Amino acid sequence: MSVINETSLVERLAARFGDILTVKVDRNEVTAEVAPRDLISVATALRDEAGFRFTIPVDVCGVDYLSYGQTEWDTDTAQGESFSRGVEGEAMGRFTWADRPRKVEQPRRYAAVIHLLSIELNQRIRLRVFCEDDAFPIVPSVTPVWPGTDWFERETFDLYGIIFEGHPDLRRILTDYGFVGHPFRKDFPLIGNVEVRYDPEQKRVIYEPVSIEPRVLVPRTIRNDADLDTARAESADHWREN
Amino acid sequence: MEEIRNYTMNFGPQHPAAHGVLRLVLEMDGETIVRADPHIGLLHRGTEKLAESKPFNQSIGYMDRLDYVSMMCNEHAYVLAIENLMGIQAPIRAQYIRTMFDEITRILNHLMWVGSNALDLGAMAVFLYAFREREELMDVYEAVSGARMHATYYRPGGVYRDLPDQMSKYRESPWHKGADLKRRNSWREGSMLDYLTEFTNDFPARVDEYESLLTNNRIWKQRTVGIGVIPPEKAQAWGMTGAMLRGSGIAWDLRKKQPYAAYANMEFDIPVGVNGDCYDRYLVRVEEMRQSNNIIKQCIAWLKANPGPVMVQNYKVAPPSREEMKTDMEALIHHFKLFTEGYGVPAGETYTAVEAPKGEFGCYLVSDGANKPFRVHLRAPGFAHLSSMDAIVRGHMLADVVAMIGTYDLVFGEVDR
Repeated sequence: MSVINETSLVERLAARFGDILTVKVDRNEVTAEVAPRDLISVATALRDEAGFRFTIPVDVCGVDYLSYGQTEWDTDTAQGESFSRGVEGEAMGRFTWADRPRKVEQPRRYAAVIHLLSIELNQRIRLRVFCEDDAFPIVPSVTPVWPGTDWFERETFDLYGIIFEGHPDLRRILTDYGFVGHPFRKDFPLIGNVEVRYDPEQKRVIYEPVSIEPRVLVPRTIRNDADLDTARAESADHWREN
Repeated sequence: MEEIRNYTMNFGPQHPAAHGVLRLVLEMDGETIVRADPHIGLLHRGTEKLAESKPFNQSIGYMDRLDYVSMMCNEHAYVLAIENLMGIQAPIRAQYIRTMFDEITRILNHLMWVGSNALDLGAMAVFLYAFREREELMDVYEAVSGARMHATYYRPGGVYRDLPDQMSKYRESPWHKGADLKRRNSWREGSMLDYLTEFTNDFPARVDEYESLLTNNRIWKQRTVGIGVIPPEKAQAWGMTGAMLRGSGIAWDLRKKQPYAAYANMEFDIPVGVNGDCYDRYLVRVEEMRQSNNIIKQCIAWLKANPGPVMVQNYKVAPPSREEMKTDMEALIHHFKLFTEGYGVPAGETYTAVEAPKGEFGCYLVSDGANKPFRVHLRAPGFAHLSSMDAIVRGHMLADVVAMIGTYDLVFGEVDR
């Protein structure tokens, strides 16, 4: 999306920050990875210094890299007589709370992703901060730099359980009052853990363990075939015809 | 002397001026706001998590339901993000159709906004007028998609189908017949584009009507001038975009600055405010309706002159035609695979944003190469705007909170997701 001089932004980032940032450009978008301890100084510099001027905090969100690249249907090799039927596997969406996946291939699980926009220089950047401890994910809050990240950090805390150190008011925001757990974590089942109903005998709303089974309608697959190269080539041709 | 303590007041979630399910906990000193604490999430449906469990195409319909008064703009961000990751581009005619429908959506949204905001501040009539034109535009939604609101019309690779050659007409009934029926159907004789041409010719006069009701209205100005002033630096620090930012005098519009679809070929102006108060934001939005109307006109002219495909001709992404499936085995297989499994999107990540009527609506999409997204995050403009509530309404009167909720243009479908 950002159209203006990604390369020169990368050069400026490299000149200013050196090894502190790991900068990558993909599809004309600049991603910079930064360690939690450097985040505040980098953020302040990105906001204030000429050549960056990222005055607008567009977005902060969490990503849980647990089960990244895992599928519910192995389509690479035929096993035994035929291909697997897509009913077993790491089965991200199919597990219940007891047999949720614990395999972690990614070195670190949680990341906070910050998107910034500079309207002066018309450029965007994405900052990714990996939390160093999976069991207690914590990153510094950037609310002192951009007050507008307040709710975005609350949301990330609510949904992923990432703690933002220094946030003035880190409460849950989207889930219900008294909600237990962090629902957007990959090991939180889609069907949830509890269901709510009105109990006519007790004359109040009660919480119970979910009574439904997790279901997968379309298994998750990764195919390493040429489909998409073809798609790209054909749409490129198509674009020229018009 | 008795101790005087601040009074805590609960506003919403079922208050007509709360625009849905906003609950505000207000700490009051007399009638002055000391602290405002919005509680949101009452409409949280976990759209982003749901999208992770479905093939890419099946989540397009969820996007309509986020900001449910600017449906197609949400679809646009999501669809563009997928196209961006796949490296495909919609045919040029589809780009123009998307541009046109984005602007129709903008008018729909701003009509809803001007009507409901005026209603909040005590002017009943505007709402009725605004809904008259909304009906006409929703008929256009219906003509292309069959649905008046939740269209699911944009698809990765183009739009679902081409514009229809005719508009549906009113049928004779005991209530509508003769001259009345003829008048109602007078715009509907030709194609959808002819109908829209009639609309765009008529619409500026309608905007004049709203303006004559509000722009110089003494009560309206008393309620909005100098209320909720947001200086440009503050607007940026709070992540504001769209009319909230432009009302503070910053000419920032993604359609101009980072053009997508066919906006690079469109001629239009970006209205900006001066004082950054509720009244300026009102003026900005009214002018945006006029600009949108011009963009629609330009799109109609182009679309009438340039027929062509509206979807990439690739069966990995778009379904084959029904006729082909009857005779061609390969087409049948493609159709089956597309609808049972979907398509894989190359591993990578993208943040793709469009200028939705309320501000920057972005979609952060992470794919690990599967047929379902690994992570979808939707950046809703209303969420960022509402978060600044406490910082802005402190020191204002209670009645100004209502003006402020109105001027944020909140829709809880997108705030709570």
